[in-house]
Amino acid sequence: MIQQDGGGAVTTARTHAAPLIGSERDRLLWMYKTMQRIRLFDDRIVRLFNSGRITGALHSYVGEEAVAVGVCANLRPDDYLVSTHRGHGHMLAKGADMDRMMAELFAKETGYCQGKGGSMHIVDMSLGILGSNGIVGAGIPIASGAGTAIKIRGTDQVVSCHFGDGASNTGAFHEGINLAATWGLPVVFVIENNLYAQFTPQRMHTKVVDLAVRGQAYDIPAVSVDGNDVLAVSEAAGEAFARARSGKGPSILECKTFRWFGHAINNPGSNLGRDQAEIDAWKLKDPIPRFAKVLVDRGIATEAELEGLKRVVEEELEHSIAFAEASPSPKPEDALRHVYSELPEGCEL
Amino acid sequence: MRQLMVRDAIKEAIKSEMRRDPRVFLLGEDIIDPWGGSWKTMEGCYTEFGPERVRETPISEEAIVGAAVGAALCGMRPVAEIMFSDFTTRAMDQIVNQAAKFRYMTGGQASVPLVIRTAHGAGRAAAAQHSQSPEAWFVHTPGLKVVAPATPYDAKGLLLASIRDQDPVIFLEHKMNFTTEGPVPEEDYVVPLGKADVKRQGKDLTIVAHSRQVLRALEAAEQVAKEDGIEAEVVDPRTLFPLDVRTIVDSVKKTNRVVLVTEEVQRGSFAEHVASKIMEKCFYDLDGPIIFVAAKNTPIPFAPVMENFVIPDVPDIVAGIRQAMKA
Ligand SMILES: Cc1ncc(C[n+]2csc(CCOP(=O)(O)OP(=O)(O)O)c2C)c(N)n1
Ligand SMILES: [Mg+2]
Repeated sequence: MIQQDGGGAVTTARTHAAPLIGSERDRLLWMYKTMQRIRLFDDRIVRLFNSGRITGALHSYVGEEAVAVGVCANLRPDDYLVSTHRGHGHMLAKGADMDRMMAELFAKETGYCQGKGGSMHIVDMSLGILGSNGIVGAGIPIASGAGTAIKIRGTDQVVSCHFGDGASNTGAFHEGINLAATWGLPVVFVIENNLYAQFTPQRMHTKVVDLAVRGQAYDIPAVSVDGNDVLAVSEAAGEAFARARSGKGPSILECKTFRWFGHAINNPGSNLGRDQAEIDAWKLKDPIPRFAKVLVDRGIATEAELEGLKRVVEEELEHSIAFAEASPSPKPEDALRHVYSELPEGCEL
Repeated sequence: MRQLMVRDAIKEAIKSEMRRDPRVFLLGEDIIDPWGGSWKTMEGCYTEFGPERVRETPISEEAIVGAAVGAALCGMRPVAEIMFSDFTTRAMDQIVNQAAKFRYMTGGQASVPLVIRTAHGAGRAAAAQHSQSPEAWFVHTPGLKVVAPATPYDAKGLLLASIRDQDPVIFLEHKMNFTTEGPVPEEDYVVPLGKADVKRQGKDLTIVAHSRQVLRALEAAEQVAKEDGIEAEVVDPRTLFPLDVRTIVDSVKKTNRVVLVTEEVQRGSFAEHVASKIMEKCFYDLDGPIIFVAAKNTPIPFAPVMENFVIPDVPDIVAGIRQAMKA
């Protein structure tokens, strides 16, 4: 046999997953720190792209941090997550290693996908992330498949399936959710409603305002929450996952939020047509200072402590860039690996 | 003559045909103004023709093509955009089982005169799901016509011919080619489907290439002319089906050597189909084996060093030419 995938994968990723044990304070501070990890990472990506240090199709999660973090605060490392083209936030919230993420964006061999995937396909299978995806909505039936595997094996794992408002207009949305509802699968369908699909506002693509009403069509529980309130997201997600873990089937969680940047960082025109006043109004609802205020007001942390957490993240980020830059590029011929697991002798690729 | 970019040539064809023929309408994602489509080929159409004839769709490729099929069956001339050719997979039933077969299955009662414009090709580090060249999927399907222009002139004339055609047309636009400039007449003209164009005359060897690779083949031909004194003929079929086999065969009979250039995965590609036609029609005219300069049989990787390795470029074509001349 000719090995197609032999070796090479780096398996020493550090994990930053939500704490399973520990105090409520630990959990809340993990949430704060993780929101900062996403914010600082995706903020920096813009500058790295603009200065030509990274390339490819890049979609920023800035402004939407509370969604991934509120949801993932309820996940165990053995739970599954299905991501999208806008996947950095999901990766970080599920516990991904920033070094290997950054290396992937730098198209380096030490990246999560050894340079094969880039931002749109960044993934850490060891964290149960079943793909970022370049095909809008493609993850929805895949999530139902993961739910099917869980159900057949009879474990209490769950699947967190993330996608946008735009994806909710694909056929895959209907087919995937109908299947999950009919089979009673342990999947939570998280609609990250940032009000836009690429350049076009939601109202031009559907008459539905609260996408959660679509749950009625499948007779499953569905709620809409303020996606910029990490505690509201985490509470609603907690209820949905509890239902899923106890065999009560899927639900829909619509999180209303907003992305600050254009659709794609590599497309400077992709903010065209959006009203600056709308962007500014959403920036006032920035989920991070909002959560910081709750933490300080409730006496959970001081401002200085939160600053300290942010500095830790800044160091992590600088480290990831240095790691990525120092890492080797893949060899051109590495393109020929990973197409199959193996090929029989005498057969060409 | 006036110089236009490919995307403006496409825009001009669309607008002039919409003015001329009230049956023509557009549908696709992010196509209304101010965006005018992800590739800006429809800028200003919404402003000029309004929401009835320039229809913004949700991310629903199956519905886009399905609605185009339905409207075409009812006498309209829809021009649909599927943003990346990779996403035609979402609409494959409507393309392959519906649009392509309606005429045949109904014993000739039905026509499905629609155009699906879609961007193909690699070169932007957009990775495996945004960089494919799926020509063969469509060429393999009886009932579809498949068009792939390389120049602004051909883009305008072929698009006008495609919209006026009675059959469903898959119109492939290379995403690295939208800003390529060239002469484009202002008046109405068509480049007929099924008519190849010899883009460069030569006596020593025949290169068949389509879409962006035509431009690379022309560059390579200039280089070997200068460096090796080899005169390569570059044949651009322009329409992959119907295929102008005669022009290709005439060229091969003259030169006796062939290099086939394609950005497709070689296995089962349109280029391999061209090879099979050459073997059928003029095997004994060949002085050596047909040389392929094709993409590797892999998905398109993200990292530019690997992407460049997978996709043929000018040095690869030059090497292919030199190899063909050795035989
Ligand atoms: C099947 C398919 N159609 C179109 C696209 C192009 N595209 C990429 S992202 C996007 C918008 C997605 O909107 P949404 O689901 O709301 O996610 P968001 O980008 O807002 O996070 C579009 C149209 C695609 N990648 N896949
Ligand atoms: Mg959206």
